Amino acid sequence: MRSILCLVTVAILAVSFAGTAGGTIRIGIIGPMGYMQGEHHWHGATMAAQEINDAGGIQIGDEVFEVELISVDSNEIESVPDAVSAVERAIVAQRVDFLIGGFRTEAVFPMTERAVDHDKIFLIAGAAADQLLEGRVDRDYERYKNLFRVTPIRSSDLARLSLLLLRDVAQSFREELNIDNLRVAVIAERAEWAEELVRHVEMLIETPMPQGLGGEHVGTWRPSARAPDVSAELTAIERREAHIIYTAFSGPVGVPFGQEWGRLQVPAATVGINVQAQSGTWLEDTDGHGAYTATAGIYAREVETTPATTDFVEAFVERVGELPIYTAATYDAVHILAAALERAGTLETEAVVAALEETDHAGTMAQFVFDDVHDLTWGPGYATGLGVQWVDGEARAFWPLDWQPAPAEQPEWTVTYEGTIPYQIPPWVMEHWGPEEE
Amino acid sequence: MITDILIRGLVHSGVYAMLALGFALVFGVGRVLNLAHTAFFMVASYGIFYFVGTGAGLPLAVLLSTLGVVALGLVLYKLFLEPVRGMEATVLITSLATAVLLQELVVIFFGRRFGRVPEVFPGFVRILGVRVAYQEIATVVLAVVCLLATWLLLSRTRLGLAIRTSAQDPEVANLMGINVGRITQVVVALGILLASLAGAAVAPLITVEPHMWMDRLVIVLAAVVLGGLGSLKGSLLGAVILAFAEAGVVFLIPGGSFLRTAVAMAIMLSVFVFRPEGLFGSGMAEES
Repeated sequence: MRSILCLVTVAILAVSFAGTAGGTIRIGIIGPMGYMQGEHHWHGATMAAQEINDAGGIQIGDEVFEVELISVDSNEIESVPDAVSAVERAIVAQRVDFLIGGFRTEAVFPMTERAVDHDKIFLIAGAAADQLLEGRVDRDYERYKNLFRVTPIRSSDLARLSLLLLRDVAQSFREELNIDNLRVAVIAERAEWAEELVRHVEMLIETPMPQGLGGEHVGTWRPSARAPDVSAELTAIERREAHIIYTAFSGPVGVPFGQEWGRLQVPAATVGINVQAQSGTWLEDTDGHGAYTATAGIYAREVETTPATTDFVEAFVERVGELPIYTAATYDAVHILAAALERAGTLETEAVVAALEETDHAGTMAQFVFDDVHDLTWGPGYATGLGVQWVDGEARAFWPLDWQPAPAEQPEWTVTYEGTIPYQIPPWVMEHWGPEEE
Repeated sequence: MITDILIRGLVHSGVYAMLALGFALVFGVGRVLNLAHTAFFMVASYGIFYFVGTGAGLPLAVLLSTLGVVALGLVLYKLFLEPVRGMEATVLITSLATAVLLQELVVIFFGRRFGRVPEVFPGFVRILGVRVAYQEIATVVLAVVCLLATWLLLSRTRLGLAIRTSAQDPEVANLMGINVGRITQVVVALGILLASLAGAAVAPLITVEPHMWMDRLVIVLAAVVLGGLGSLKGSLLGAVILAFAEAGVVFLIPGGSFLRTAVAMAIMLSVFVFRPEGLFGSGMAEES
């Protein structure tokens, strides 16, 4: 008798929970929640969810659904197995309908495998490796069709962006210091996402202009993503007489790098990718030594990448107290998903995937259009990213400023985002490489 | 390049030496292989970060943090390590668990975001062409002062004599009226004090974060194994060798600079295989 009562109770509870979930769409926001990257995943997504719910929710067919976000701590900076378990937990125990997030490529590979095992749609919002989509969606569409990337742009496009930023910095050296034979050092954390990027950049540095930089590659250093100190690397780079240091950091090592580079006034300009330098607390994190650091980024104050950018950035700063980093584009991801659900008119996976494939969404970081492998379309009018430099205590965009996307075919075509300012060579670098030294 | 390796290695060897000396002292006297040793270094750095954040000046922050960490260390020693002191495997597991516990407590109180401690000596100087921050020089000076003070304590004071006697033969020391248990506590406190001061020395130079103890623990273990378990001189030399080895990796294998910690592990394993007793191969008591 007692067991029958228990069964009845469980059945009633199950039915009542199922009824509650019917009116909500549960989106798991997955990221390293103890770190800035995960925090920004969460803040971006909550802003979008709040907007959607305030506007009445998502209309799917005849029903209106509220968005409910579930915070899923992947702990992926420290442990890949933790990240995989987090996906499993989110799907099985927390019963999420969709997943958005991920950060480290090494973790996102198994995380997405687990998601597609459960036929869940996963919008990647943090990991850059091309191979997360290329070679998966195109070669085994049936299995991997549920995967899309919202942020950042893929590694090979990051390499293209890096070259453009390097060119901007190189141009400053040529114009202001009359240095033509530029020597470039590469320092990149040892991580999967950076492998292809480093290979591309090393090649592009030595490729003659206009395809490449036409410079000299003086060496590549690969510290750990968690290295607490890179002063030895900086000493070695200075010994090679590099004018420019290209960086590829997404992990904590970006902070000691910026701090020691500024503290020791290493006479080389730094540009590339440094996720920590996208944070509004960069100067505080580096004890003020991170000034003049330049990095690829997504957001900067007073820069209109799209008409929606500045409103979002200001709202984010007001809400969180710091500048959004690229993982905060979960804001766009939630809106893209919501729009696709409305277009699909159903929660059925195949239909939602088809609707996502039709995305043409004016977001805060880009005009989102997915390509054949469900990755971001890169280029003017789509996703480009920004070049951001810390000057006068603020992260200011220096690229694109009079960028010529097709100088040979359409030399008159230039792209400038409103609010960008010219790149500034750090004063100690100017002093070191100035006419009297050169 | 040799100059670069020497100077960069020297700059890092000070802190490694302080950590290794404290670790070796505790092992030499108490026979406690305390894997939580570098966790106290981490907690001390956070303590300084916290007190500086409350508006206390750096000297006061260092003082409060150091006292707090030594007190915390003694309490944890009494609670977790002293009861299992004779059981080596249990000590290893317990001390590692203590380190993880401290790490997680720090995560709870401070989160995983990085902490910053402002530098006291801004600027840098060029030594043989290598840029060295004044703060780094201050770290080396502090390390030298601490190591000299420890040497003086051990070699010129009655307490030092009692420590050395306890290390040599605890039973005889006991018969001579030395309270070996109390001496061990003093040595534990001294070891944690050195770890705390190492934390104070590097806090303005590094990013304070909850996992900062792990890499250092590997270095310290490698240093004391390299020098000979329980040998103070050996531990110091081991720490210096490893600091130079780390710098050497960066300059000689730029693309493999992430292997710095792995090189320390490789050195440790090589010592286990080819010279298990380490470079000095004698305990602390025999050295004195």
